[in-house]
Amino acid sequence: MTVVTVLVVALCGGLGAAIRLALDGLIRGRSARSARLSTFPVGTLVINVTGSFILGLLAGLAQANAAPALLVSALGTGLMGGYTTFSTASFETVRLLQGRRWVAAALNGLGMLVIAVAAGVLGIVVGRLA
Amino acid sequence: MNENRPDDRDPRDERDPRDDARRLHPPENARLVRRDSAPELPLDPDTDAVDLASGRSLPVHLRPTSLLLVIAGGTVGTLVRELIDLALPRPGGLPVSILLINLSGALILGALLEGLVRRGPDEGRRRSVRLLVGTGVLGGYTTYSALAADSAKLLLGGDALLGVLYPLATLLLGALASLAGILLARRIVRAGAGA
Repeated sequence: MTVVTVLVVALCGGLGAAIRLALDGLIRGRSARSARLSTFPVGTLVINVTGSFILGLLAGLAQANAAPALLVSALGTGLMGGYTTFSTASFETVRLLQGRRWVAAALNGLGMLVIAVAAGVLGIVVGRLA
Repeated sequence: MNENRPDDRDPRDERDPRDDARRLHPPENARLVRRDSAPELPLDPDTDAVDLASGRSLPVHLRPTSLLLVIAGGTVGTLVRELIDLALPRPGGLPVSILLINLSGALILGALLEGLVRRGPDEGRRRSVRLLVGTGVLGGYTTYSALAADSAKLLLGGDALLGVLYPLATLLLGALASLAGILLARRIVRAGAGA
């Protein structure tokens, strides 16, 4: 991996993080009007599941030799890596646990994990078809 | 939370508590606004601030300053993740690097957010640090998509045991790391306060 590739991937990660900020804010603004969703971190869930699907898709495309390596690194490791976040998801799960909201915590922890891995599997399978 | 009132009055003149109660949602903000010498600062950290130039409300997550802080932090965080990932091997397809990255990132984010909250409301320099280091660096450093996609690869590759254990271990150890970070920051802030 060249220095240029590493820097391109890093910059894509910065852009991904900014997309996460904007999208999370937009989702938070919408979900604030819903009684059920206003106290659940639905933005992080949407971000992590969609990012897992897209990374899986890129991995599948790479396996099928249907996408150039630089593109897969820039969009996968960079953009999707910066877009999705584990630290915030984990923090939010712990905050739900501290609030004794067991169901919401389980959904945000185990639920997000199962859905995201399933999205990753789906992405890889779809990508391989290309 | 969006108040398009004319700003020709000095906010310090408004000392009637009923007036404050009417205008403000979180009561703790009343104190800030009464002695506010910088009314352009937001009243509510996670919703809107009023752009005085245009009179339009500009949400935090769409402000150029916020986005630039997060881009800068996210670039650094992604660079560090990439370098660690390139340096460490993947025995049996197990992404040890991503595991270590996600656990250390969860620990540091827990400590950061708890430390910031204990020092005061999410505004000004504290918010800038949260956006730069929390949302930016640690958000770019840790990754959920690699966790999910690597697990998916292990499962599709027929390694069901590792494909289940790796994500579950990340989830459980990650929650413990977040909690440890929160408790650590509490101790540090308390010790710093001399209590």
